[in-house]
Amino acid sequence: MPVIKNLRSIGHRTVNAVWRLGFATRFFLMTLFYSGPSFRRFHLTIREMFFTGVMSLIIILVAGTFVGMVLGLQGYETLKRYGSESALGSLVALSLVRELGPVLAALLFASRAGSAMTAEIGLMKATEQISAMEIMAVNPIARVVAPRFWAGVISMPLLSALFSALGVFGGYVVGVVMIGVDEGSFWSQMQAAVDFQHDIMNGVIKSVVFGVAVTVISLFEGYDAPPTAEGVSGATTRTVVESSLAILILDFILTAFMFRGD
Amino acid sequence: MERTTLDLWVGAFVVAGIAALVVLAMKVGNLGTYNVSDTYQLQAYFTNIGGLKPKASIKSAGVLVGRVTGITLDTERYEAKVTMSIDKRYRFPKDTFANILTSGLLGEQYIGLQPGGDDAMLKNGDEMKHTQSAMVLEDLIGKFMYSKAAENGSK
Repeated sequence: MPVIKNLRSIGHRTVNAVWRLGFATRFFLMTLFYSGPSFRRFHLTIREMFFTGVMSLIIILVAGTFVGMVLGLQGYETLKRYGSESALGSLVALSLVRELGPVLAALLFASRAGSAMTAEIGLMKATEQISAMEIMAVNPIARVVAPRFWAGVISMPLLSALFSALGVFGGYVVGVVMIGVDEGSFWSQMQAAVDFQHDIMNGVIKSVVFGVAVTVISLFEGYDAPPTAEGVSGATTRTVVESSLAILILDFILTAFMFRGD
Repeated sequence: MERTTLDLWVGAFVVAGIAALVVLAMKVGNLGTYNVSDTYQLQAYFTNIGGLKPKASIKSAGVLVGRVTGITLDTERYEAKVTMSIDKRYRFPKDTFANILTSGLLGEQYIGLQPGGDDAMLKNGDEMKHTQSAMVLEDLIGKFMYSKAAENGSK
């Protein structure tokens, strides 16, 4: 009976998904609960910040500059039609600070650092380093997971701020230096349009939320990966897919809350 | 525990990130340009505020002097009550005109203050008596068409 078989597989998948979600929630709470050592022994977190934050700098800086340059070019072409090239500064800055900075930085962070985290923890599990820690009465959540979590959460807003700042610089290079938009109106329109509380702080809040989402997904996928070569590779793929979707969906929800009604 | 090169890199990363935030706040955002330090409140009633929004700028002779803090409908007069906070450095006479103006043809709306000649100055909580509402494009076109029609009719 293929119908029964299909029904059974749907049921099995649903139960499995709910099971995994429950385990992920418990994993997240455990990470928060055992966060103490990542601050008492801060060098653990520093070490992870080097691998997740500092090593992601190059891709974030280059990507930010070029995204800003493209915004400057495309924005100029569109604004020129309405004779309002002077609004280029506010267009570049608002789109970067509100949306593109946090979202693109988080997407790059997920594929650059998140996948690495999953692979690392998955392999630690496959080579039974995690079990070895448990035998030595070392809590793997406190020793391995929590420092990576906090390193990601601290790095993410910094990376996103750097992305936005470099993006504004890229927009300035294309708009003012290359095309020749008036420099004064570029900056003054930008400063008139961008509000510190409403735009910049909301962008920072977004990037913190994305940081939590990406690191929790990456760490959980690694921790939950079957201890085989295929298991780890599948978990790495799932990390990138799930974190990208989570970032975009969360971005819509956060935007709906933050920028509604104006 | 000793200092390592790793710490140096992470430290540089954190400093760069915070510097980027400060640059965003100062150079890109409005934190460096307009700081509402000391303000006093004024009120004005308008029959129609058009597209005026809270936080819209208040200018006098083109200079930014304050911000709109609140817009409510006064149900006793059925007029819009606009609260604004003005920088303490700037004082205006009692018979100051408050006009709702538009920057450019399609730009955002702001309040322009035109000082009168009165010796007494507006104090905190005072109301501006002379106001001019926003120009609503549809009304303007309607008036224009009406006058055209009247012109043609009289011929």
